[in-house]
Amino acid sequence: MAEDYAKLVNETVEKFGKDRGRLMDIARALHAELGHLSEDTIGLVADALGIHRVEVRDMASFYAFFSREPKGRATIRLCNAVVERMKGADEVAKAFEEAVGCSFGETSEDGKISLEYTPCIGMSDQPPSALVNGVVLTRIRPQDVPGIVAALRKGEGGGRLHEGGYESSEVELNLRQTGPVVFAPMERGAAIRKAVNMTADDVINELNRARVRGRGGAGFPTAMKWDFCRKAEADAHYVVCNGDEGEPGTFKDRVILTEQADLLFEGMTVAGYAIGAQEGFLYLRGEYEYLIGHLQQTLAKRRRLGLLGENICGREGFNFDIRIQLGAGAYVCGEESALIESLEGKRGAPRDRPPFPVQKGYLSRPSSVNNVETLCCAARIIEHGADWFAAMGTKDSTGTKLLSVSGDCERPGVYELEYGITVEKLLELVGADGAQAVQIGGPSGQCLAPKDFGRAISFEDVPTGGSVIVFGPERNLLECMRQFIEFFVDESCGWCAPCRVGTTLLLKQLEKVLEGKGTRADLDQLERLGVTVKTMSRCGLGQTAANPILTTLRNFPDLYDNLIKPGDFIPSFDLKKAIAESCAITGRNPELEEEHV
Amino acid sequence: MSDETMTIIIDGVEVAAQPGQTILEAADQAGVYIPRLCYHPDLPPGGHCRLCTVKVNGRPASSCTFPASDGLVIENDTEELNAFRRTIVEMLFVEGNHHCPSCEASGDCELQAMAYRLGLLTPTLPYLRQPRQLDASHKDVYIDRDRCILCGRCSRASKVEDGKTVFGFEGRGIHKRIAVDGAKGLSDTDMSVADEAARICPTGCLRVKREGYRVPVGQRTYDHTPIGSDIEHKKATR
Amino acid sequence: MAKPLVATAPFTGCFGCHMSLLDIDDRILELADLVEFDKSPINDIKTFSRPVDVGLLEGGISNDENVEWLREFRKNCKVLVAVGQCALTGGVPAMRNTVPLKECLEEAYLNGPTVVDGCIPNDPDIPILLDKVYPCHEVVKIDYFLPGCPPSADTLWAALTALLTGKDVGLPYELIKYD
Repeated sequence: MAEDYAKLVNETVEKFGKDRGRLMDIARALHAELGHLSEDTIGLVADALGIHRVEVRDMASFYAFFSREPKGRATIRLCNAVVERMKGADEVAKAFEEAVGCSFGETSEDGKISLEYTPCIGMSDQPPSALVNGVVLTRIRPQDVPGIVAALRKGEGGGRLHEGGYESSEVELNLRQTGPVVFAPMERGAAIRKAVNMTADDVINELNRARVRGRGGAGFPTAMKWDFCRKAEADAHYVVCNGDEGEPGTFKDRVILTEQADLLFEGMTVAGYAIGAQEGFLYLRGEYEYLIGHLQQTLAKRRRLGLLGENICGREGFNFDIRIQLGAGAYVCGEESALIESLEGKRGAPRDRPPFPVQKGYLSRPSSVNNVETLCCAARIIEHGADWFAAMGTKDSTGTKLLSVSGDCERPGVYELEYGITVEKLLELVGADGAQAVQIGGPSGQCLAPKDFGRAISFEDVPTGGSVIVFGPERNLLECMRQFIEFFVDESCGWCAPCRVGTTLLLKQLEKVLEGKGTRADLDQLERLGVTVKTMSRCGLGQTAANPILTTLRNFPDLYDNLIKPGDFIPSFDLKKAIAESCAITGRNPELEEEHV
Repeated sequence: MSDETMTIIIDGVEVAAQPGQTILEAADQAGVYIPRLCYHPDLPPGGHCRLCTVKVNGRPASSCTFPASDGLVIENDTEELNAFRRTIVEMLFVEGNHHCPSCEASGDCELQAMAYRLGLLTPTLPYLRQPRQLDASHKDVYIDRDRCILCGRCSRASKVEDGKTVFGFEGRGIHKRIAVDGAKGLSDTDMSVADEAARICPTGCLRVKREGYRVPVGQRTYDHTPIGSDIEHKKATR
Repeated sequence: MAKPLVATAPFTGCFGCHMSLLDIDDRILELADLVEFDKSPINDIKTFSRPVDVGLLEGGISNDENVEWLREFRKNCKVLVAVGQCALTGGVPAMRNTVPLKECLEEAYLNGPTVVDGCIPNDPDIPILLDKVYPCHEVVKIDYFLPGCPPSADTLWAALTALLTGKDVGLPYELIKYD
């Protein structure tokens, strides 16, 4: 047994070329086989790779999808993102707990099924959703749950759903509106053929003239990024596609990867040509593992067509290929430097910048990390020209933007719209009457009140990576914000103090106010903490983690004012709670005086 | 002054900087103290504590990692930044379980000294009170994680100074902890009391055994002079 | 004009902060000229008979009686000063805060190496332990903090005289100590 086990580890490590950089893949493979990564496994992997045990553990302990304790054959990861809870995830959770016979965070008595929560898995348009050993279930109703659980109980061989007889639901596309850039018909190789007949400088210059900016939300000019990367001297350059869309409420990349994977790979190849890279990576979030077969097939087809590989499109010396790296459950890996760390097989901790990835990225080589949508835009710009692209959108935000709309609206899904559309128009389009608030850009973005619905979605006004969550008039908005903060607590990487500790303290402070134990002083403290975390944190996660609080304090002050009490101090201390443990131990049951402050 | 020398401006005062220096290094050299905890002059910067955050041309950046370049305008000793720093120090106090009266690092502890310097009378943020593991398995060195601020100095020192990898991290977010390269604790690693890492901890977390309380109260590092005085002294004696 | 009234309280601590107050040596005479002591273990006055100007609190809050008295102090004192590490942070008693209360009690009263025929005390006259040892400011509003274990006589003297004479209680570097 022990020998088989060691053999499995060694074979797996061999399979990935004994490459320390492939530690994520090695861990994923072993986890799939063994169900968890024990301290023994970690030691064996370290020995096989010739690295330290603590380095393997450092990585393995970071990602949510890696367990270090034995788990059930099947792990049900129910998504508890805000939108999912708005649409019944709590009832589904209860149904799972009843059917499985354990609480979330636990494993059933027969050891077959584990229940876990997971943040947004990119299915906010079809909630409630869950991942079961990589298979996506959507629109789960409480009445479906006993059937799912029974199928999993029956299922052998790793508890795959289809083997248990339960038909997994198809992921719906929900592509509500197509546009001319991303979701238009494409001809494979059209952009590459044009590109290879241009100089690399001309390709970059075309993007520059199109004034295309990064679609992830930050809006850095793509041409400038490619140019910096190209001009940074090194023995290798890399194209990295950020397919780690983890911002709650975003699912546009899911639709691109499903419908227009070819266009993305086309864009990556053009990028490879422009910056002089021979290798590109698609970092795909672990939640989208179900797409990997389709993506690999697309890559294989492109290799057959000579659109990847050597001397692409007949261009002598233009060699480029793409590898897909799967993540393992970490929102922070959407931050480009954290993504690179993860790509190198390490914990997804962001790096300090400078140096920027375009100077020192993957393996310390210049790397251009671009959003899935951005790379699609790049391909189209080369195909149709900068003027065509720049004619769309606004002055500083050219082209179209994909918006993932979810929450309280009639038609959730992906919309490709020209930049400059107002929030109001968008709400009309998606069928959202009487919205009390709209969360633009996900939790890390901003929460807009109706007074701001006339504002335009664009880099110059309301920027967004694409997440739009509509809150109807009945929603408890601040409870939703609390859940957003909870998300940041879970997803903080822990590298820097203000984010690691500050997110937890923000949650406590907000909860105090929501429990009716807050005063004006507590709101001041909430804001002070928020600004500290925002100003002092190391990366974008911490710098935006307080936004749900800071933007609602600004845009919805009445909601807070209605919660606070007069006076300058209410303790969070609760005598009844504080003596409960003692009373249970000693059997005493004192009468408490009415609490006074 | 060589042609290579650059000038940066910290709080309105011109400071010379050499190419390759970070803002913090240039400031140190000039006798301008920028508060810091995870930075150590013998080690590459870690960027963990963020206390050394300054405003570089108006934008916050950690001075321990930010390269100095000619003409940078830097804010450091401002009430705004010091208030943020004080809050971070408070965060570190309530995150761990720091019982100064019973800690042998008291008086020499950089976390405590930073609180003194910033005029923090006591942390008032809510205590998290998380249980943390103690590792006393090694014969000469112990780890009391209650006192760990996750500065990563031990980890960097072990790698860079000692050529070992005794330490690393595990877990993430608020559950992140310092970890050791052994299945059974520190005794299971190649840690030696002679390692640089053994004496680089800014707090009482990683300590050499049998060395506590040797220096009487009143003679300890920060009993009379604030942390950073050694750096500021350089300027005073110019 | 009547002299300001001062009350002091010992919660869960070692009485060291009260000792430190006595440690101001002959300045105690000056202090006696400056203030009058109301409820305090120093004079053994057990209850509040009138509103007090300054309440000095030693010790952390570890049981229901501490809570009750701390709230009494808040009601009866215009200004509350937490004195010493136990009052400020829970101090040495708070070292139990990361151990479940049950384990603490079992170790002390049932499983400890010197226990014979142990039982966990349960008399109604004994205060009920809290799950944690709390700093004073988590239970009531505290106006001033004087750190130290104990705060030195000089710290106490500097702070008290400033407070009683309406001056700023800013402590110089050498008087801010957590040990």
